[in-house]
Amino acid sequence: MTTGETAEEAARRLRVFLVDDHAMFRAGVRAELGAFVDVVGEAGTVPAAIAAIVALQPDVVLLDVHMPDGGGRAVLEALRRSQPQVRFLALSVSDAAEDVIGLIRAGARGYVTKTISPEQLADAIRRVADDDAVFSPRLAGFVLDAFAARPDVPVADPELDQLTNREREVLRLLARGYAYKEIAKELFISIKTVETHVSNVLRKLQMSNRYELSRWAADRRLV
Amino acid sequence: MSTELGQPRPASAPAGAFPPAGDPYPPVAGPYPAGGADPTAEYPFRRLYRNRGNRIVAGVAAGIAEHLRLPVFAVRIAFVALLAANGLGALLYVAFWAVLPVAPTGRPVRRRPVGQVLAYVALGTGVVLLVFQVKPFGLDATVVGFVALAALGAGIIWHQADPQRRLRFRGAAAPAAAPAPATVAVPSGVAAARVVEAETEGERRWLVLRFIGGGILIIVSIIGLLALMTPFGELDLRATVTGVIFALLALAGVVLVLAPLLWRVFGQLREERIARIREQERAEVAAVVHDQVLHTLALIQRSATDHTSVVRLARGQERTLRNWLYKPTSSPTERFAAALEQVAAEVEDSYAITVETVLVGDAPHDDHVAALVASTREALVNAARHAKVGTVSLYAEVEEDEFKVYVRDRGTGFDLSTVDGDRHGVRGSIIGRMQRHGGVAEVRTAPGEGTEVELTMPRAKVGRGERP
Repeated sequence: MTTGETAEEAARRLRVFLVDDHAMFRAGVRAELGAFVDVVGEAGTVPAAIAAIVALQPDVVLLDVHMPDGGGRAVLEALRRSQPQVRFLALSVSDAAEDVIGLIRAGARGYVTKTISPEQLADAIRRVADDDAVFSPRLAGFVLDAFAARPDVPVADPELDQLTNREREVLRLLARGYAYKEIAKELFISIKTVETHVSNVLRKLQMSNRYELSRWAADRRLV
Repeated sequence: MSTELGQPRPASAPAGAFPPAGDPYPPVAGPYPAGGADPTAEYPFRRLYRNRGNRIVAGVAAGIAEHLRLPVFAVRIAFVALLAANGLGALLYVAFWAVLPVAPTGRPVRRRPVGQVLAYVALGTGVVLLVFQVKPFGLDATVVGFVALAALGAGIIWHQADPQRRLRFRGAAAPAAAPAPATVAVPSGVAAARVVEAETEGERRWLVLRFIGGGILIIVSIIGLLALMTPFGELDLRATVTGVIFALLALAGVVLVLAPLLWRVFGQLREERIARIREQERAEVAAVVHDQVLHTLALIQRSATDHTSVVRLARGQERTLRNWLYKPTSSPTERFAAALEQVAAEVEDSYAITVETVLVGDAPHDDHVAALVASTREALVNAARHAKVGTVSLYAEVEEDEFKVYVRDRGTGFDLSTVDGDRHGVRGSIIGRMQRHGGVAEVRTAPGEGTEVELTMPRAKVGRGERP
């Protein structure tokens, strides 16, 4: 997966900012990522993160879901409008659907779990910086579940509330643990096309008013 | 409804994350064994109880009859007959009623048989009227009537003050007083709580009615007695009313004096109760942390040099905690998703690998599902043993008409054509088993390319949700 990326890396070292309330975890990620990107700063609280991100203007912010004072969502909501050029990647131990979906709907470009390998994390950061989306297998599973064709649920806006067959196929392969490159090979399409499909799914996930999605939001009082 | 998506959890803040202990209101059952748990176990000889399962008024007669091995109607007739002796029957009955505990055996409380009730009421009235005619002790039967009335009222009120009943009443009312812990229950618990609440709502209304009714009975009978037994022979209404008013004023004064004390006692009781519920929750969290997490951490420290077992321990603990925090529990013998998760957990434990499980949709369990789950397990075990990788992906989707399961690893792979009879795992346990149940198994692999096993099983034609 990481082959041929050294050239690209040399051309542009991405500036990454870490937000997590566990200092030990920040230190670990910093050490792991040092070889791939520039970690320009880190913060352990929501206010500190907001101030530092505005000051440092990183390319990508790695955002923890669960923190005191509102967690990653609070950071996202504070900066989404004023800092549209900053990309956010949610990084969490939580696999709970509502957490994942909540952060994505607040504007994160992707979601990965903390058990991800450093190479994969660097890869995900690069993808998010390029304005593509990053889905963990489990997130892909959630999305498939949320957008499952249910005869009893009326579809208000087919453009937003339904996945195309191709998008479904891509998500299935993601959920099966395929990397983008492998998906491209399996479906006989280019990696760029895979990325487009995933980005479209992300957009639907953020914009759709499907019942399942709004229910998650309502459960967490995120409406 | 897909369980994977997570049931809507009770959203209330502090306690929302804690799973139920089973009983939504354990403190009720805690310090005070309601209903005297099982005294029969402690006392081999028989005790006298009220038998509410066979009651006309409160089950006193039935209880006595049972205890003395007499026919019930004989005891009842005796009570009614004793009414003739200045209302002794009623007084005795009330005394028994106040003293005797309810039989602890879980006999259901039956509705009173209306016919019998009417019969005994008629009999009692007859006896009282007869006494009125005969005047055996030179006493006016009206006096007897009023005494009986007062006794009945006192009995009702005394009965309401029965500590067991008060306890039941309090036990149901307290969760409302402590809103946060009350929402601890998961959906099923919440439903149960609602039932309890609805029941006690009715019971509480009854309680008030009975108190008022009993009070009126007593007041009426006392005034009646006063009127009858007034030494001056004729009723001085004004004096009586004045007396009653003074009595009430005195009572109000006493209440006023005692009110702050009572209020404080009630407050303390409520606080104690809330504290007890909190303590219970804390103990539950502590139990999980202590029994599992600390234990696991200790084991990890002991086996710090053994990378494999550290991974295995950490992964197992992570899974347990996750389940405890996020998942609604369902039995692996009932749901497809739960069965797959259990299989994945077993393989993780046995082979110290990580199974990245993604499940979409869910379905009830049946024979075909069992075969599919067994084949999945075999595929996972193969990947764990032969692929030489740390992570295996498991993806399962329940579609309208079929199940799809994919087990994938990025390991060594193998050449399918070289695998023949001796590799029983793939041929017999996966492909053969799937075929026997009408499914298909496909293995895609090549040396160095990893392996993916695709399992397809048609769904039984029985409509969704019709199976138990």
